[in-house]
Amino acid sequence: MLVTARIAMKEQDPIARGRNFNEVPYGYTGDEAKAEAARCLQCKKPLCVEGCPVNVKIPEFIGLIAAGDFIAAAKKIKETNALPAICGRVCPQETQCEARCILGKKGESVAIGNLERFAADTERESGNVELPPKSPSNGKSVAVVGSGPAGLTCAGELVKTGFDVTVFEALHEAGGVLVYGIPEFRLPKAIVKKEIEYLEALGVKIVKNFVVGRTATVDELFEDEKFDAVFVGSGAGLPSFMGIKGENGIGVYSANEYLTRSNLMKAYIDDPSTPIIKGKRVITVGGGNVAMDSARTALRLGAEKSMIVYRRSEAEMPARAAEIHHAKEEGIEFNLLCNPVEIIAGENGAVTGVKCVRMELGEPDASGRRRPVEVKGSEFVIDCDVAVIAIGNSPNPLIPNTTPGLKVNEKRGTISANEADGRTSKRGVYAGGDIVTGAATVILAMGAGKTAAESIALDLTPDPGLEDLPPYLRRVNYSGPSFDGNVGGSTRF
Amino acid sequence: MFARFLILGLSMAKILKKEQLSDAVWRFRLHAPRIAGKRRAGQFIILRPREDSERIPLTIANADAGEGWIDIIFQAVGKTTMQLRDLAEGESVSDLAGPLGRPTHIEKFGRALCIGGGVGAAPLYPIVSALFAAGNDVTTIVGARTKGLVILEDDIKASSNRLMIATDDGTYGTRGFVSDVFKGLMGAGEKFDVAFVIGPVIMMKVTAALTVAAGIKTYASLNPIMIDGTGMCGGCRVTIGGQTKFACVDGPEFDASQIAWDEMVTRLNAYKSFETQARENYHACKIA
Repeated sequence: MLVTARIAMKEQDPIARGRNFNEVPYGYTGDEAKAEAARCLQCKKPLCVEGCPVNVKIPEFIGLIAAGDFIAAAKKIKETNALPAICGRVCPQETQCEARCILGKKGESVAIGNLERFAADTERESGNVELPPKSPSNGKSVAVVGSGPAGLTCAGELVKTGFDVTVFEALHEAGGVLVYGIPEFRLPKAIVKKEIEYLEALGVKIVKNFVVGRTATVDELFEDEKFDAVFVGSGAGLPSFMGIKGENGIGVYSANEYLTRSNLMKAYIDDPSTPIIKGKRVITVGGGNVAMDSARTALRLGAEKSMIVYRRSEAEMPARAAEIHHAKEEGIEFNLLCNPVEIIAGENGAVTGVKCVRMELGEPDASGRRRPVEVKGSEFVIDCDVAVIAIGNSPNPLIPNTTPGLKVNEKRGTISANEADGRTSKRGVYAGGDIVTGAATVILAMGAGKTAAESIALDLTPDPGLEDLPPYLRRVNYSGPSFDGNVGGSTRF
Repeated sequence: MFARFLILGLSMAKILKKEQLSDAVWRFRLHAPRIAGKRRAGQFIILRPREDSERIPLTIANADAGEGWIDIIFQAVGKTTMQLRDLAEGESVSDLAGPLGRPTHIEKFGRALCIGGGVGAAPLYPIVSALFAAGNDVTTIVGARTKGLVILEDDIKASSNRLMIATDDGTYGTRGFVSDVFKGLMGAGEKFDVAFVIGPVIMMKVTAALTVAAGIKTYASLNPIMIDGTGMCGGCRVTIGGQTKFACVDGPEFDASQIAWDEMVTRLNAYKSFETQARENYHACKIA
C-alpha cells in the first residue's frame, strides 16, 4: 500500500496572524483538494463514516472531489450534514472520522475535514447553492429552543421533512456558541450567517431576543402557541469559576464573557460599543478549545504575552490537536502542571497576577486521566493584567427550572434525555447538545439535534396504520437508531 | 395561528411615547405585548437601541398587559443611554428581550418600607405597587438631589399608604438623605417587617446598613454590568454571603445583609475610563 503524504492547507504566517482576526488557514485550491481526495482508498466498508456523529457519506463526497465535481460533493455532504462549512472548521476530526481512516495506520489519514471545508466553501462561493428537495407540509409545528449547532441541525432536518419550524434564540443574533464563542479567526461569522440564511431559505423561522423560560415557558409554547413538539438545545451557557480568592477582581473574565465581548459584541473593532480590557499580559486558565480560543484572542487584542495555565500535562489537554498546535505556533506560552490558587489584585481592584502551585501527575481519576496532585510549597506568582477562566461551563438552568415534569440530572444540571433518540421524560419535549451532555463539541450537538429530529418525525408523523406501534416501529422503512431498551423506561414519556 | 403571528412580530419594539421626566431622565413606553403580559415586579429587560449598540439592562418600571406596553425609565448618562434617548417616538429599538431576572417575592408582610434614591424610584415603583396590591401597609421614602429630580411622585403616592420625600438641597420634602428620613422614623419608634432599597450603589450600601441594623429584613436590587442577561457570561457576578451569584439569573434582588458592597462598587467602575471616552466621542460625533 502506497501512503503518500497528506496535502497541508496553507495558512497565514503565525506571527502575522497573531495580530489580526482573519481566518488562519486559507483553504485548499481545487488542485490541492483533488490531490488530497485522490489519497482516499474508497474503502468498501468505510470506518470513517462510523466515526462521524452525523454519518457524512465520506468516501462518496471525496470521490466526487477527486473527479472534480466539487458542487456535487457539497450536495452529497449536505444530505446528512446541514452545516458542512462549520464542521469542516471546528470538528475534532482527529478523534472522529480521521481517527478511523485506514491510511492513518501507516501514515497520515485523509484530510477529511479540510476536504469537507473545501467542498462547502466552493459551493457557497459559487453563489449557486441549490435547496434540496423538501417534503410537502405535514401540518405539524415544532419549536426549537436555541439556535446553536444542536438547534440549527434539528431545525434543518425537520423543515426538510415537512415540519413548520420556529427557532427561538435568546440573544440578538442567531448561531449560539458559533457566534458568541468561537472566534472569527477560527470560524468567520460571515460563514455562520450564510449557513443560517440557507436554513431560512429552507423555511426555518428564527425568532431572536426570545428567552424561553422567561419570555414564554416550554409549557406555554405548547398551550398558547400550539406547537406539537419542543426541542431544547439551549447549550452549556453557565460558566464555571474556580472558587478561589480574587476571582471577582477587575480584569478577571469567564471565557464566555471574554469571548462574547470580543466575538458577539465586536469589542475587537476600533471604537466598539462594548468594551473589553485589552491586557498586556493575559493568563488563560484551562486546557480545552475554549481556553485556546481565549488565549489566541488575547494575542489578537494586542497582548504582549498570552499564557495558558493548565493543571495537567499536554497529553491530558482536551483541546483539538490543531488548536494546541496553532496556539504554540503563534507564541502562546504553556504553563503546564500548574494550578491557580489565588488571583491577586492591586489597590484599585484590578488583577495584577495569578498565584499558582506546581502539580505532578498521580493515579488515574474517574475520567481515566492521571489526577494532578499539588507539590507542597511550590507557590509562585505569574504577573498579568487580565485573567480568563476557561475551565468549563455547566448547562443553563433556565429551562430545567421552568419546565415542570422535565427530568433533570440534579448533580450536573443537565436535562435527562435518551442518547439514542433525544426523548425526555416529558411528552413532546426532546433535548440534545450540551444541555444534555454538559459542555462537549459542535458536532456531537449536531448529531443529537439530528437524532431528535428523527424521533420527532417518528412520533408526530407515523406511517399510516402504524400509529399504535412503539415509535421505533412506526416507519415501514426505518433507518434511524435502533431500539435501545429505553423505550417505556423512566426517561420515555 | 394568531398567537404565532405575534411571536414573529416580536423584535419590533416601537417607541409609543417618549417623555422627559427631568434633566437627564427619560421615560419610554415600548410596544412589547409579550413582555407586558409576563413581567412581574422586580424584573428587567435587556435592550440595544441600535444594531451596533451595547446591550444594557433596564428595569421594567410599569406595564399594561391589556394594551401591550412596558415603560422603561433611564438616565441618559452614557453612550448607550444617549443613543436610546436620541431615538424618536415612532422609531423602534433594535433589540428587546425579557422579562429577565427573578421576580420580587411579594406577600403580605405587614408593614413594608420602600426606599428609592434618584432614578432608583423607577425600579422601586413596581415593587411598591405590588406590595400595596398584596395588602401591605406601605411607607415609601424617595430621595433626590433636588426637587426637579424627583420622579414618579404621583404614581408612587397612589400605591403607598405614606410617601416621604427627601432632597439633598432641601428644595422639596425633608432636607437631607433618605437615610436621614429613615433615622427619623426609627426615632419615632416605628417598626417595619420588610424593606426594599433601590438606588445608586453607595446609597443602597449606606441605607441598607441602617435598615439591617434596625433588624429589618432588607432586599436590595443590584445593577451590575451585564451582557447577555441569561446567565451565560457571568459578567454580573456579585458575592452574596461569600458565594458568587449571577445577578441576571439569581437576582437582581438579594438579601442586603449578605451583599459584598465594596466588590460591587469596584466592579461597576471597571470600564469607567472607557465609558467617559465613549460618551465624549458620541457627544462630539453628534455636534459634528
